Amino acid sequence: MTKKITDVICPFCGTLCDDVEVVVSDDGKQLLEVYNACVIGTEKFLHSQAKDRVTRPRLRQDDGSWKEISYDDAVEYSAQMLAKAKKPMLFGWSSTNCEAQSVGNEIAELSRACCDNTAATCHGTTLIAVQDIGLPTCTLGEVKNRADRIIFWGCNPAHAHPRHMSRYSIFPRGFFTGKGQMSRKLIVVDPRVTDTAKMADVHLQVEQGRDYELLDALRVAFKGEWLPDVVAGIPAEKIREAADMMKSGRFGIIFFGMGVTQSLSKNHNIDEAIAVTKDLNEYTKFSIMPMRGHYNVTGSGEVFAWQFGFPFSVDLTRGFARYNPGDTSTIDLLVRGELDAMFTIGSDPGAHFPISAVKPIANMPSVCVDPHLTPTTGVSKLHVPVAFNGVEVGGNCYRMDNVPIDCRKVVEPPEGMLTDEQFLIKVRDRLKQLKGVA
Amino acid sequence: MSEYIIKNGHVFDPVQGIKGDKKDIAIKDGKIVDKVGSGAKVIDAKDKTVMAGAVEIHAHIAGPKVNLGRIYRPEDKLFSCTPTKGMERMGGGASIPTTFKTGYEYAKMGYTTAMEAAMPPLFARHVHEEIRDTPIIDEAAFPVFGNNWFVLEYLKNQEIENTAAYIAWLLRVTKGYAVKVVNPGGTEAWGWGLNCLSVNDPVPYFDITPAEIVSGLIDANEYLGLPHSMHIHPNNLGNPGCYETTLDTLKLAEGKKAKNKFGRESVMHLTHSQFHSYGGTNWGDFESKAKEVTDYVNKNKNITIDTGNVTLDETTTMTADGPFEHHLTGLNHLKWANVDVELETAAGVVPYIYSPNISVCAIQWAIGLEIPLMMKDPMRCYITTDHPNAGPFTRYPRVFKWLMSAKARETQINAFKHKDKVLSQTSIGTLDREISLYELAQMTRAGPAKCLGLGAMCGGLAPGMDADVAVYNFNPDKPVADPEDIEKAFSRCAAVFKSGVQVVSNGDIVSNGNKRTLWVNAKVKDNPQVMRDISEKFIKYYSMTQNNYEALGHHFVPNPYALEVDAT
Repeated sequence: MTKKITDVICPFCGTLCDDVEVVVSDDGKQLLEVYNACVIGTEKFLHSQAKDRVTRPRLRQDDGSWKEISYDDAVEYSAQMLAKAKKPMLFGWSSTNCEAQSVGNEIAELSRACCDNTAATCHGTTLIAVQDIGLPTCTLGEVKNRADRIIFWGCNPAHAHPRHMSRYSIFPRGFFTGKGQMSRKLIVVDPRVTDTAKMADVHLQVEQGRDYELLDALRVAFKGEWLPDVVAGIPAEKIREAADMMKSGRFGIIFFGMGVTQSLSKNHNIDEAIAVTKDLNEYTKFSIMPMRGHYNVTGSGEVFAWQFGFPFSVDLTRGFARYNPGDTSTIDLLVRGELDAMFTIGSDPGAHFPISAVKPIANMPSVCVDPHLTPTTGVSKLHVPVAFNGVEVGGNCYRMDNVPIDCRKVVEPPEGMLTDEQFLIKVRDRLKQLKGVA
Repeated sequence: MSEYIIKNGHVFDPVQGIKGDKKDIAIKDGKIVDKVGSGAKVIDAKDKTVMAGAVEIHAHIAGPKVNLGRIYRPEDKLFSCTPTKGMERMGGGASIPTTFKTGYEYAKMGYTTAMEAAMPPLFARHVHEEIRDTPIIDEAAFPVFGNNWFVLEYLKNQEIENTAAYIAWLLRVTKGYAVKVVNPGGTEAWGWGLNCLSVNDPVPYFDITPAEIVSGLIDANEYLGLPHSMHIHPNNLGNPGCYETTLDTLKLAEGKKAKNKFGRESVMHLTHSQFHSYGGTNWGDFESKAKEVTDYVNKNKNITIDTGNVTLDETTTMTADGPFEHHLTGLNHLKWANVDVELETAAGVVPYIYSPNISVCAIQWAIGLEIPLMMKDPMRCYITTDHPNAGPFTRYPRVFKWLMSAKARETQINAFKHKDKVLSQTSIGTLDREISLYELAQMTRAGPAKCLGLGAMCGGLAPGMDADVAVYNFNPDKPVADPEDIEKAFSRCAAVFKSGVQVVSNGDIVSNGNKRTLWVNAKVKDNPQVMRDISEKFIKYYSMTQNNYEALGHHFVPNPYALEVDAT
């Protein structure tokens, strides 16, 4: 007999769908089927069942080959590395639970490390803008129940957050939005004709890197002031049409992604997008929300903030918390050659950092804690495979709107495998011994 | 567990009516006892003041809006970071300290219990994660009900029993403590960018008035017999002339009686009353109406209040009163954060600088002090700064100084740029009352504990109560030479015990204690209609499934303490 487990949370993207159903074998050891999840989420669940999965830590040998070692040896290597390092980096944290992040912060404090999450290469610019100007936002249920104007700016949820539109933003019939999609107008701002853009009532095909100008033009259009004939490749009439559409809604929201946070002008784009939102609140109700990528990158920022006071790129090397992105952010530290140890967990910098930042990882003591084989495990000295968070172990995670949802364990991990939190607790305790802390 | 005896201190305990007599306090197994064995550790409190651990009735110290404040104000950490030290984890932040620092700072000032004043139910897990990471102090969180769709729908039809059943359910799933109401109806209106500025403004779509919400929630609170009364932040906060709305709100408690087994006598707690006692028609003729508000409260015994003292600092305002924060950013043009929460509430955050050079800020400072000085019964008026809204909680010793010394008030008034305006728009210059140590113990210990329904557990030093004790380096026999000595003495305790564990010694943290999360487990008759309504709302309108809503498990509430209520 198989068992069906309901209300399962999908540990893939920041949409953090919590209505997934999975079918597991009677003994709870095998995950057989996944319902309700998108194709990416389904793969994430099923991938945990791969037969060729690495289940024990492996240490890189001098000849480049891997040697399987015990978890205890892996704990010893990690703790020794962190105890000896002058400026270690604990990077990642976005694909693990808050319990593990919390233990990780204790380790960072003990080893006076730098600690950072994937926001540093993603929505870190958003956080900088929020620190400049604030953030009028809401939960995703507010969008579902009230929103009649949806703007996707520099993001493509049809591919990156596949269930976002059906669960929250475009299709659902909410309390004040009984007609679902019919009650909503969709504006997409993207230089490409994406699958999201194809659905739009208005597609503003902005010239690449000209988002700031277009945002600025919208603010001018709200006030009905003079505009040049064309701004950022878009005719003034079209900008005014979009501006009127935004102003005439009862409740609107701007969702934005990497297209604005990591293109030319970076945080300044977001400054301006938030200013647009603030302006619109003079006419109607408007919110803005970053489309966070990893399922718990938001949580990492939250845990960093309540424990250290800053949401990412935290430097503890002086014995207290400092924050100065550009100085204390991972890529900059790696490129400048300031780090002497790298501990990666719940992320894949090897695949996403520029090569000039990846090479130094290969040349220093390094640990990668990850259930998968990734480019980062490829360049690290020690690979520690762990149980899949959200599949083989539960734990708290924060959705892109900061709503916390407790992930569920649905199957047993392969025998003898540790979870992120269990491995980190062992490292922390060994590190305390090495540092002579009670 | 160890035994202690705190010897020869001047004890101030309103629970037993002890007013500074020299008395030994014995501690055994986490409780105050009559006597201990000869092996008990002796704490010498000669020439010192001994009180129960203080009880914070209203502060914003854990949860989504607090953390949003931390995230978006890196500047708040400037010069306020503290390194790892002995038992202490790293800390940082002045108006919105990190969780560890929050616990340590409260403990060092002799506070052992604190209430998080506004928990958005959908974010209960976040609140509890932060509470877990706040060491030493016992904490509880108040879920907000005043704009909740269930409440609006039930109360529109005067369904008190259903409202009560829903409250009981929500307290259980969120591990909440009391019924908090913030800008009733106004925050729901804010979903459309609107507000309710009087108790009679109807809520858009729901067609119910703030008055009906408040009155109904008091009835539901007493139907259940919860430990705390309905705890309200009324409509129209912070506007010139708002005292009329405040009085209208207070009148809704008329004729209502407290029904509970916890010794609580009030049915309504008006929080941060300073923000609700303004007269005038604009910021130019802005004036104090502390007298009008306190006159009313003095006469009506079923109301309690806290002060919300302005401390003249740079701080971070945060409230579930979403429209107010939007209004405030329009006034000071500092960065505005807002979060609307589906079906339940909203919140806003805006930094604020209470400058002694601005007349309005100085008048606010005066009103905050007038209220406790005009209140006749210190058991019904509690000292808060509505942390961090009127100032950070770490300024309590300074507020005590202003209350205990007319000279300290005079010094501050003389330092104001617009001194004459402060004196003409308030009556602070005519008040020469000085709060005694006994009254201080009423306003910070016995009073709030009683109002929270915790009067049998904390806030006093009677045998059988929790051994929460604070020893201050303050000799009540000696006249105060310099008011600054008051502030200094109350800033760092000589010793603090929390449930019988010594947590502070000579101003340093020596233990992380045995922190608990308090919550209320209210039992009601099976109510299939409410259960059906709940599941329907989750299926149709929430963005989360009902089965994922409850804050369960060790990670969120590792050391719970439930107060049981039976309303079946």
